[in-house]
Amino acid sequence: MTASDFLQITLYFTLLIVLTPVLGGYMYKVFTGEKHLMTFVLGKPEKLIYKLSGIHPDEETNWKTYTWGLLLFNLIGMVFLFVLQIIQAQLPLNPAHLPNVSWHSALNTAISFMTNTNWQGYAGETTLSYLVQMLGLTVQNFVSAATGIAVLLALVRGLSRKSASTLGNFWTDLTRSTLYVLLPMSIVFAVILAGEGVIQNFHPYQAVHTLQGTEQVIPMGPAASQIAIKQLGTNGGGFFNTNSAHPFENPTPLTNFLEMLAILLIPAALTYTYGKMVGSLRQGWTIFMVMLILLISGLAIALYGEYSANPIFSQSHLMEGKETRFGITNSVLWSTVTTAASNGSVNAMHDSLSPLAGMVALINMLLGEVIFGGVGAGLYGMMVFVILTVFIAGLMVGRTPELLGKKIGAFEVQMAIIANLSTSLVILVFTAWASVSSYGLSSLNNTGAHGFSEILYAYTSAAGNNGSAFAGLNANTLFYNLTLSFSLLVGRFGVIIPMLAIAGSMARKNITPESAGTFRTDNWVFGGLLIAVILIVGGLTYFPALSLGPVVEHLLMIK
Amino acid sequence: MSTHQNTSSLFNQKIIFQAVKDSFIKLNPAVLIKNPVIFIVGVGSVLTTVIVVVSLFNGNFSAFNLQIAVWLWFTVLFANFSEAIAEGRGKAQADSLRKNRTQTMARRLVGGKEDVVAAPDLRKDDVVICDAGDIIPADGEVIEGIASVDESAITGESAPVIRESGGDRSAVTGGTKVISDRIIIRITSEPGDSFLDRMISLVEGAKRQKTPNEIALSILLSGLSIIFLLAVVTLPAFFSYSLSASGLPSSQNLTIPVLIALLVCLIPTTIGGLLSAIGISGMDRLLQRNIIATSGKAIEAAGDVDVLLLDKTGTITLGNRMATNFFPADGVSETDLAHAAQLSSLSDETPEGRSIVILAKEKFDFRGRDVHQKNAVFIPFTAQSKMSGVDLTDEKGVVHRIRKGSSEAIKSFIHNGNGFFPKKMEEKVAELAKMGATPLVVAEDNKVLGIIQLKDIVKGGIKQRFAQLRTMGIRTIMITGDNALTAAAIAAEAGVDDFMAEATPEDKLVRIRKEQANGHLVGMIGDGTNDAPALAQADIGIAMNSGTQAAREAGNMVDLDSNPTKLIEVVEVGKQLLMTRGALTTFSIANDVAKYFAIIPAIAVSLYAGKTEVGPLAALNLMNLGSPESAILSAVIFNAIIIVLLVPLALKGVPYRPVSANKALIRNLFIYGLGGVIAPFVGIKLIDFIINLFA
Repeated sequence: MTASDFLQITLYFTLLIVLTPVLGGYMYKVFTGEKHLMTFVLGKPEKLIYKLSGIHPDEETNWKTYTWGLLLFNLIGMVFLFVLQIIQAQLPLNPAHLPNVSWHSALNTAISFMTNTNWQGYAGETTLSYLVQMLGLTVQNFVSAATGIAVLLALVRGLSRKSASTLGNFWTDLTRSTLYVLLPMSIVFAVILAGEGVIQNFHPYQAVHTLQGTEQVIPMGPAASQIAIKQLGTNGGGFFNTNSAHPFENPTPLTNFLEMLAILLIPAALTYTYGKMVGSLRQGWTIFMVMLILLISGLAIALYGEYSANPIFSQSHLMEGKETRFGITNSVLWSTVTTAASNGSVNAMHDSLSPLAGMVALINMLLGEVIFGGVGAGLYGMMVFVILTVFIAGLMVGRTPELLGKKIGAFEVQMAIIANLSTSLVILVFTAWASVSSYGLSSLNNTGAHGFSEILYAYTSAAGNNGSAFAGLNANTLFYNLTLSFSLLVGRFGVIIPMLAIAGSMARKNITPESAGTFRTDNWVFGGLLIAVILIVGGLTYFPALSLGPVVEHLLMIK
Repeated sequence: MSTHQNTSSLFNQKIIFQAVKDSFIKLNPAVLIKNPVIFIVGVGSVLTTVIVVVSLFNGNFSAFNLQIAVWLWFTVLFANFSEAIAEGRGKAQADSLRKNRTQTMARRLVGGKEDVVAAPDLRKDDVVICDAGDIIPADGEVIEGIASVDESAITGESAPVIRESGGDRSAVTGGTKVISDRIIIRITSEPGDSFLDRMISLVEGAKRQKTPNEIALSILLSGLSIIFLLAVVTLPAFFSYSLSASGLPSSQNLTIPVLIALLVCLIPTTIGGLLSAIGISGMDRLLQRNIIATSGKAIEAAGDVDVLLLDKTGTITLGNRMATNFFPADGVSETDLAHAAQLSSLSDETPEGRSIVILAKEKFDFRGRDVHQKNAVFIPFTAQSKMSGVDLTDEKGVVHRIRKGSSEAIKSFIHNGNGFFPKKMEEKVAELAKMGATPLVVAEDNKVLGIIQLKDIVKGGIKQRFAQLRTMGIRTIMITGDNALTAAAIAAEAGVDDFMAEATPEDKLVRIRKEQANGHLVGMIGDGTNDAPALAQADIGIAMNSGTQAAREAGNMVDLDSNPTKLIEVVEVGKQLLMTRGALTTFSIANDVAKYFAIIPAIAVSLYAGKTEVGPLAALNLMNLGSPESAILSAVIFNAIIIVLLVPLALKGVPYRPVSANKALIRNLFIYGLGGVIAPFVGIKLIDFIINLFA
């Protein structure tokens, strides 16, 4: 690694830390309904939206109504996207005359984009029309991120309210986060990207003569607008198949840097918003630091894996699967960040990462996408571990465990366990199924431990709602489309529903004032403890699976 | 404090013998299933045993599988043993309290006639007679008469107490003995429902109801067990893939005993096995302090209490006010004042009066004077006169009238003798009253000699105790009938956080509700009937055994010693109970790291070996364990033995210190968290070493 590599990593994290309170503070104002800069610009449209859709923005609901609203909204979005794909040939804005998508691929894609995963079993430029990309995928990119934020907001209200029965209004939260946070940021970012050379047009695909004298078809399309939200909303679904490794999606080092920053920006800032909303900025920062430490530790291992000499080829710096435009450091930083953040966009092929770097990507997802994680989803996922940590260790101070003055009881523990269990269940069971069945194994391009990693990676990515892939696996089969779809749903709603239930139950509780007898959740002791619980409870479950995948692969390589 | 049952009984042979027997009785699946974690181990033991038995017939016998089976059974038995021994100790404690009662015969009054029945046959609202020498057959309330009762059987306190009908001292406890007089008692509890019976049911594992924290913890443990179960049942599939990728036959896949061994090592058996023992021993520790809790929930809540309502008298101050100083008037020496004060108080039998005699004795060594020679006529203290004193006739036949009493009483006494009350003395009286003290004035004839200062004596060490409570985040509120000035002075001296002056029972109730509305959990101790609403409202209400039946029913604990300071100990027991659970949970989960590093390299050693002897995953064998078999066995053995090794800790509780939550956490994390990661690495290595010595 060179000095400029270190400099760039330092710059990246410094900017992330600096922007966290800026954006976090702004979002606090948006979500608590305070007046802010954008109210003057977008206040009227907001009111208009409520009027047209018959929403009473200040009418609060209990957790059940909130959850039903959320589920219904997601279902409608999914059905719409599904239908759009299977009839795209009959719809306009399809200059490449792409045929209708198969039902199971369409279903997988619809679920994938609804769940903020953007797992792509298909190749964008050869499968989906411009209309589907814009009206289907991009819309879901916005609203799935907004859904994540809404769940987080409900949870925060549950934690901070005293003896209350309501958690806010889902439709208001959805509208505000889309209108005031995601839309303006995406517009600005899309313009910057377009300025740097990311394409944004409705041209038909261009046939060109290459220098070698052959003919090549170059896909076109409205990419910039989708890429902005794909990064900001931790969606990650590429306009083109090679995602951000494609020069039309990610043309320059600057776009590469900005896109990486965009991946973590909102999840990081939400920790600040959270801290401010629950009245403990220290707690927000503690969670931020836990995430940052886990991220940087993973990054260090991945960089070590990539930069240490590969004895098989007697050379270090393996460039297979990486863009020469970005180099190793930027590829590894991206792969670590995108898997930590449940984004899933890639600028290098993860299948070609060194076993250790690949393992870091896997672990980031296996831990439950809580290292910054998805927009909203990362933080509410982290709260599962916070609740478990408070409960396991909180007893050691001699009091019923409390989080923010609220006692954690059997119901909360049960819900947190369900949230934790649901992702483990689909990852382990489906990986086991795929690794012993012919329809699972026939999709593999690699043998040995690496093949096993590919299967594990697929289900982990789906259950973690990440969406990135170890590309060696052909996942566009009936078996994979369906089992992965199921994993996507469980990984998303298997956490959302228990967390909203926790929010509802916590809201009803009284708040015990803080004293010297309180188990503190806003200092380094708790931070360290939280890391230990994440690694032991979240990670140890997968120790055998990881041993048989990337660990053995690494050991075989260095032998 | 009376911890009759000390730690030596932990190894009481009889209890251990019974516990060993019970460990086997508890193998009954219907009993075992109440503890899901240990139930899983039980199922694993049965499965492994069946496999071993079958292998005896088909010739595939494996000594390794047999050893696994044996140690799995030990794991279950050790867990059962921990519960059985906790129960045994609790029962022994309760039995010693109950012993008296079972043999008692009662004289029941039916329609004015007596008939003799066995104590357990008494029903609620039966009326019985007890004469001197009778043992009171059951908990009840005195409805007629007054008697002195020896309660030493349950309190260990030898001095008899008075029990009388009406008022706040009407409750009697079964098993205590009437020493004098005759009382008629109405029985207030159904057989099997007295405080003792309820307490006994709380220390019997099978009947014990789980407390809220215990339920939540059980859910966590069950959840973790399911997660690990998933990790283990999916492993053969992962192995199947890896075996074929390594070119090995599928017959080398993991065997069921090995999978069960891995599962048992991963699920939280340590805390799962000890959870019940921890809960029971919490009750037991209370019983050792002579406190009977009517629910396990109450003990847990005691740990959560962050506001304590403490009665001034008896808890913060010694029972009565005491003389502490003499302030002589101008022209009078302190010796003369003390002398007169002592003389005038000799006939004052109140504790205050006696304290004056003692102070004079201590300060000036006045003692043993023969007052009769001086033709003394004693005027005893009465509530009407508010004075006591003595009339001395000297050699000349002049009568000196020495009096001691409240300033008002002495003032009128002096005015009657045409004397006058010096302004300076009047000021001193006001000053002392302002400080919270009670000034008594001493006069001889029409002359004021000086003032005696009576003060509440704050108990030694109580200030430090309150400071400790403060570091633990517990606020103390002193309750007193005194006026605000006096209360404030004592509150400041004792170091309580807040006080309620001139508090009525209604005030207490209102205050408790207010604290609770603000999210606090309130503990209080009380005795009178009018305390009952507040005791019922408080999260922890401790009724004194000397109190009324109403108070005892309203509270959720009864203090047999009737010692108000107990409230603080109850809080400590509650905290210790929760800490022990948390510490062992953390320890149990932290153990998993080492167990993975023992078992995974052992079972995966042949994978991807190619032509070499051992596969690459042997590199994970950090502990350098002897062989794959010994590695798995060592982990299983460690997992079983650690339960037994931790039984004393579960029974005694983790050492408790009155420090802030953060300090307690860091300390416990260091010992049980870090220790929990390191201990199994050392333990498994050691067991592996021993196994390989004999291999």
